Amino acid sequence: MIARQRRLAALKETIPEINVGEAFELQSRGAVLIDVREPDEIAAGSPKSAERIVRGFLELQIENKVPDLGHAVLVMCAGGTRSLFAASDLHELGYTDVYSVAGGFNAWKNQGLPVEAPRVLTPEERERYGRHLTIPEVGEEGQAKLLNSTVLMVGAGGLGSPAAFYLAAAGVGKMILIDDDVVDRSNLQRQILHTDERVGTPKVDSARATLTALNPAVEVETHATRLTSANVDELFAGVDVVVDGSDNFATRYLVNDACVKLGIPNVHGSIFRFDGQVSVFWPGYSERRGPCYRCLFPEPPPADMAPSCAEAGVLGVLPGIIGTLEAIETVKILLGVGDPLVGRLMVYDALRQRFTELKVEHNPECQRCGDGPRTTEYIDYVEMCAIA
Amino acid sequence: MSQATVRIPTPLRPLTGGSDEVAATGQTVGEVLSELGSRHSGFLDRILDGQGKLRSFVNVYLGDANVRALEGLDSEVADGAVIHIVPAVAGGRGRGRSRSRGAVR
Repeated sequence: MIARQRRLAALKETIPEINVGEAFELQSRGAVLIDVREPDEIAAGSPKSAERIVRGFLELQIENKVPDLGHAVLVMCAGGTRSLFAASDLHELGYTDVYSVAGGFNAWKNQGLPVEAPRVLTPEERERYGRHLTIPEVGEEGQAKLLNSTVLMVGAGGLGSPAAFYLAAAGVGKMILIDDDVVDRSNLQRQILHTDERVGTPKVDSARATLTALNPAVEVETHATRLTSANVDELFAGVDVVVDGSDNFATRYLVNDACVKLGIPNVHGSIFRFDGQVSVFWPGYSERRGPCYRCLFPEPPPADMAPSCAEAGVLGVLPGIIGTLEAIETVKILLGVGDPLVGRLMVYDALRQRFTELKVEHNPECQRCGDGPRTTEYIDYVEMCAIA
Repeated sequence: MSQATVRIPTPLRPLTGGSDEVAATGQTVGEVLSELGSRHSGFLDRILDGQGKLRSFVNVYLGDANVRALEGLDSEVADGAVIHIVPAVAGGRGRGRSRSRGAVR
């Protein structure tokens, strides 16, 4: 006890302490408030907009939150003691403008300063997502984002299978599956959510069984229906990301037009034999002006420019590559990390084992996301075969 | 005359004897494609419309840039350039369907 008191007295000499009112004022002027308490303490409430880094990971994770060593950092615990130790650690790490918040969260709450109750992981979640939690770009905060997010899968087939499988594994909280098809034995060459014994059952039911077997906590909402102009607004409402794993132009253009209208990122993948394409169509992306699908292909091809359906076909492994890339883009968007494929088209050639990245420019004259007259009216195209 | 490599997408390979890459010459993208078209009948028709313009569901790339963002078919081709033809691909499950509707909402 004496050693602790001696150490605390020494820290009070070197680490400036501020009261919660001053901390609130500094935070509102741009200082970063770090709550270093344990997850069970934070579950009951934490200062609004605080960064939360448990003390044991403070030195490992602080630079992801505060890269500038000269930035003002306010360290808070429950009462103001642990924060002194933590602030001292940050000071030793090289941070030059570090404060300990005297009175801690208890005083913050008593003063009526703004509080929020962040999503805190349960012990089961912490065990399941442990390999995410140790990645600085995900961590507890990122995992909570995934758990709170909703992803809509258009199609539970070749592309939707690997994408949905990995997104459920990653802990996306709610998945909405739309597919009006039933499992056919010829699907099983590539559609890995389904099984031989489920041939003849609706794909969305089969998909739900596989996804919940992998991760029972994922909420899976299913719609054994076809996406149409009549139901797309209702189905897409409140969704964070749409993953397009459809198999026809009519649905692809509808997905695009609805995503543009509703401001939802559209993670696009398409496949043909040994070739695949992946992109993210998201005009509302905050970092740069993104194109929509119609900026790249303004209209679907006429039926006479499509080969007969019998000519199509796909290498069974190919949707595994393309659907998994769609899942990665989805997770990145949900977490807000990395650089999504906005304005970039990845073209994959399995025979040459070659990825080529092509630029996709925003078209100022685009009828859906352009700078001129726009329309938000949906079109139910007459369907045609798989390729121009 | 510049020599370019044209990458042929799978759906058009039946028109280039199955080749996925074809060498062709020309000063511009349009000339390179025309030269290719003169050797492979039916090829140009899949890329250009009756007026000789690029079809709306096909994109032609010079390097990593869409020629629509450059000078279109008049974009100049340097020796050794790579030209990609990128068609719209719908597929996700490997075969199409044949229901039809025409309603517009």
